[in-house]
Amino acid sequence: MSDDIASLRRILKGSHTIAVVGLSAEWHRPSYFAAKYMQARGYRIVPVNPRYAEVLGERCYAALEDIPYPVDMVDVFRREADLPPIARAAVAIGARCLWQQLGVRSAEADAIARAAGLDSVMDRCVKIEHARLFGGLHWAGVNTGVISARRPV
Amino acid sequence: MPDRRFHPETLAIHAGQIPDAATGARALPIYQTTSFVFDSADHAASLFNLQTFGNVYARLSNPTVAALEERVAALEGGRAAVAAASGMAAEALALMTLLQAGDHVVAAGALYGGTVTMLAVNLRKFGVETSFVDATDPAAFAAAIRPNTRAVYAETLGNPSLVVLDIAAVAEVAHAHGLPLVVDNTVPSPALCNPIAHGADIVVHSATKYLAGHGTTLGGVVVESGRFPWDNGKFPGMTEPSPGYHGVKFFETFGDFGFTMRCRMETLRVYGAALSPMSAWQILQGVETLHLRMERHGANALAVARFLRDDPRVAWVSYPGLPEHPQHALLQRQMRGASGLLAFGVATGAAGAGPDAAAAQALARGVKFIEAAQFMSHLVNIGDTRTLISHPASTTHRQLDPQQQLAAGVRPDMVRISVGLEHIDDILWDIDQALAAAVG
Repeated sequence: MSDDIASLRRILKGSHTIAVVGLSAEWHRPSYFAAKYMQARGYRIVPVNPRYAEVLGERCYAALEDIPYPVDMVDVFRREADLPPIARAAVAIGARCLWQQLGVRSAEADAIARAAGLDSVMDRCVKIEHARLFGGLHWAGVNTGVISARRPV
Repeated sequence: MPDRRFHPETLAIHAGQIPDAATGARALPIYQTTSFVFDSADHAASLFNLQTFGNVYARLSNPTVAALEERVAALEGGRAAVAAASGMAAEALALMTLLQAGDHVVAAGALYGGTVTMLAVNLRKFGVETSFVDATDPAAFAAAIRPNTRAVYAETLGNPSLVVLDIAAVAEVAHAHGLPLVVDNTVPSPALCNPIAHGADIVVHSATKYLAGHGTTLGGVVVESGRFPWDNGKFPGMTEPSPGYHGVKFFETFGDFGFTMRCRMETLRVYGAALSPMSAWQILQGVETLHLRMERHGANALAVARFLRDDPRVAWVSYPGLPEHPQHALLQRQMRGASGLLAFGVATGAAGAGPDAAAAQALARGVKFIEAAQFMSHLVNIGDTRTLISHPASTTHRQLDPQQQLAAGVRPDMVRISVGLEHIDDILWDIDQALAAAVG
């Protein structure tokens, strides 16, 4: 599992296309908050949810395997029990990172991702981590843990 | 490579401030602006919906103030912090966010006078009741808790009683009842005590005191541990849609910094006691040297306490850094020093004159001591570089009746000293000559 600042920065800087599994179309849900934030930061969001045809202006797919182009990160908003098959699908489509959202820690999914050479992040919110490491969260008075003598990039 | 766990001295200089993104400025820029532009209408909407983090208006957040907030959060080992215009404003911000009419607070009796008044008079006006209990007795806190209690409040080191709070024991009592422990950590400062590590849930500071350290600037900070389970059923304001901020559920949306966001977006936004960026900058100049200063404040205070203890012109001295202080062992277990505050009473020579006459003489001699000082300043602040002296019964605790004064640990003859950073020989010289004048 990747949990340190340097790894999280590398993952967030190296990812451009993020498949969000379990993305809700309801504006007040955490998955929508997070995906909208990442979209506004220049990431391409690929909604994955059989319930919708389109979310955040992007075509929504029923499963990871249906996405017709490469995906860098698979960000999962699902219960822990649902994680292992999603991890296997992330490996199958050639994603480079499996990201389990805040509150989700599937050790099995983590092991599947790492065995296939993927980066694996658990129990963290992609939006909060982006805001923590690339600016924003600091303005809310949050202890970011960032100690550095370099300008933020 | 795992993230390095930096020491407090390093955090005091670096936490919350990296070189400025726009200019590369190494020192903290002062963003002296009330408002911040939106990139687009959609950006404005996202900011107001709290879907993105950013600055809107300096009553809610300001980049210079944010540096102080994050730094104090880091020094306290907390998740997040929000600053306010003074220590009292920080306290009001925390309590007014936590409480509503019909709620009840259990508070230590030994508190700063202004805090006693806020709880006993001002918050009572809005329907919040407070029971004051013996700060040294965790069972007394437990006994005073009612079904409508929503907070337990105390000071880590009572000002000026110097009563030491057993934070872990009182936190256990609070948590057993599903309540947050709110602790004022002003007197030890984060350099000497971190209440969150002992179980406190919310820490408040008057940054005016040791954090700033220079006696020039008012400020306050509220720090949240990030560990309190706000969804335990007692705090619907944290879990239900906020009527004060278009339906946001603060705990669900912001999790372990939800209380800080609610302080900011509901209470600070409306009551408006925000810290100015200039003040935040001035306080941060002091925070950088906090650990060096606290070491010297403590060493000087211990030397003064020993001098007073051994002087026949002194009736009593209270300093938890002295081994004979009844709570010295607790202090050593919980803190890295006893800070720079102590209290004493001048001895009376009126043997056999009766308790009232002796008390009157002790009081008169205390006043004379204060008036005879040459460079020790007679004023009511603490935590300055300068040595400060005051008579709490007639100043900071004057609004309390005699019984409340005793409950707050204020004896009529008490002289409080906030020992400064002057050379110890000069401080002892001034005390010696003032004592001579007082009893002469």
